[in-house]
Amino acid sequence: MTMILSRRAILAAGALLAAPTPLRAQGAMRLLVIGGGFGGASAASFARRSYPDVQVTLVEPQRAFVTCPYGNLLLGGERQISQITHSYDGLRARGVTLVHDRAAGIDAAAKTVRLAGGQTLAYDRLILSPGIALRWGAIEGYDQAAADVMPHAWIPADGAQTLLLRRQLEAMPDGGVVGLAIPGNPFRCPPGPYERISMIAHYLKRHKPRSKIIALDAKEGFSKQGLFQDGWRALYGDMIEWVPGNRDGKVVKIDVAERVLETEFGTRHKVDVANVIPPQSAAALAAETGLVNDSGWVPVNTRTFEARAAQGIHVIGDANIPGPMPKSGYVANTTAKQAVASAVALHRGQTPPEAVYFNTCYSHVGENYGISVVGIFRPNADGTAITEVPNSGGVSPRGDLPEQRRAEAIYADAWYDSITRSMFG
Amino acid sequence: MRPNALRGSILALALAALPMAARAQAPLAAEGCLGCHGPDGRGVTGAGAINGRDRAELIAIMLAFRANERPGTIMGRIARGYTEAEIAAVAEHFSRIR
Ligand SMILES: Cc1cc2nc3c(=O)[nH]c(=O)nc-3n(C[C@H](O)[C@H](O)[C@H](O)COP(=O)(O)OP(=O)(O)OC[C@H]3O[C@@H](n4cnc5c(N)ncnc54)[C@H](O)[C@@H]3O)c2cc1C
Repeated sequence: MTMILSRRAILAAGALLAAPTPLRAQGAMRLLVIGGGFGGASAASFARRSYPDVQVTLVEPQRAFVTCPYGNLLLGGERQISQITHSYDGLRARGVTLVHDRAAGIDAAAKTVRLAGGQTLAYDRLILSPGIALRWGAIEGYDQAAADVMPHAWIPADGAQTLLLRRQLEAMPDGGVVGLAIPGNPFRCPPGPYERISMIAHYLKRHKPRSKIIALDAKEGFSKQGLFQDGWRALYGDMIEWVPGNRDGKVVKIDVAERVLETEFGTRHKVDVANVIPPQSAAALAAETGLVNDSGWVPVNTRTFEARAAQGIHVIGDANIPGPMPKSGYVANTTAKQAVASAVALHRGQTPPEAVYFNTCYSHVGENYGISVVGIFRPNADGTAITEVPNSGGVSPRGDLPEQRRAEAIYADAWYDSITRSMFG
Repeated sequence: MRPNALRGSILALALAALPMAARAQAPLAAEGCLGCHGPDGRGVTGAGAINGRDRAELIAIMLAFRANERPGTIMGRIARGYTEAEIAAVAEHFSRIR
């Protein structure tokens, strides 16, 4: 039998379907996203793609986003700033409402966010991805003013920090010394400092081959260490000296005027260019909202990414403590999707989806020379922790494998292209 | 017509009328692929297209990567993180995108 339905009957059917959540019937779900970086942009784009009926607003002070990933290639002379800068036009075209302002305060009980410009936004669910704060003063003498002389280049903002470091490398004489200070765990992008060492060496080898790099590390080991060190030896000979924490590598004091990095046991390293990557914590907004614990990072539910300290606020990206998952752009992207799907489900009174999280971090060690680490993670049975799937993931094989290295360098570019499209497209 | 039958038909119709995007939503396991293989798995320079391929072929490829029977630079490491059910769902999803 063919049924012909009146418009009224169809409308009635709609009301019938909406019946379980009558309170929401007045309007679409309001999803508010704070921070338009790897976590926030991914969340906003995914929400519009997957839930066309959800209203998405993104609060981000910057008009364009400069990525940390591939910033090291800029230092190596392999990328221009325009190639790592992304506009928000694609998100706008997808129907995301962009508000270029800074969130100044969150009222979790009232479900509102106050903006620096004076406006207040109400939400049903909040996705928070404000990234990291640098702990000024954690290294004596390293404050915001010092960063204008010795850049951190670890939060690119408008790109000025990364460009400053690049200019300093260009101005350095051949035979000069580049010093890096590298923090203990946890920090943004575990392989990041070592890719940076590689890309600086790549530049120096071509243009200032008598120069040296001294990397002073608070740690005794690091991500993909064997692979990086194999690559350094093969490509750069003895240009790079890495000093671990147990050999007095921990920088505790900076003398900006003298351009000296001073370690725990008082060794003073005079350098020509200094890159100081200081210890970090979750961005100020997360701390001010009372979401962080003593570690300075935000504990979250392993499945929904809701902050343990506040219902309705899902914290993704580097600001949280995601168990064994690294603070990477890929993790920010994959957890953004789970957080959005969970936020929508919870708002609708449904069960959040089963979770699986992915990470692939490529590092460029030299020209046509890429290495990677892969991780696949899931919450354990009772949701108390996130664990890596046994027998999966891991790092690239070691050995003299030029084809593998060449392929991974190409895949790295594919990753950058894909992930930025999935954020801003 | 009995009210129950009417209600059932209307429900079916309302579901059929769900927006395309909502129905085509990728399983979250498939979202992991998009980080390298581009929007809808259509591929970008360097990472091949995985959309529109035969479902069984996609499953076979993933299982071969998982068993280390197919040479790969990183896909073996990735495939071993997926369950068989996820591989099937991911293959189903990408096979439908033309
Ligand atoms: C040198 C380097 C190389 C890296 N390479 C890789 C790589 O190859 N692969 C990889 O996966 N990851 C890489 N990463 C890590 C990656 O950059 C981070 O993990 C990722 O950016 C984290 O995303 P997020 O959303 O937490 O923070 P971000 O991407 O930093 O975004 C935070 C956003 O929030 C905004 N914000 C902050 N406070 C407020 C506020 N109060 N109101 C409104 N907006 C606010 C900021 O303006 C910013 O746009 C690298 C990092 C570095 C430093």
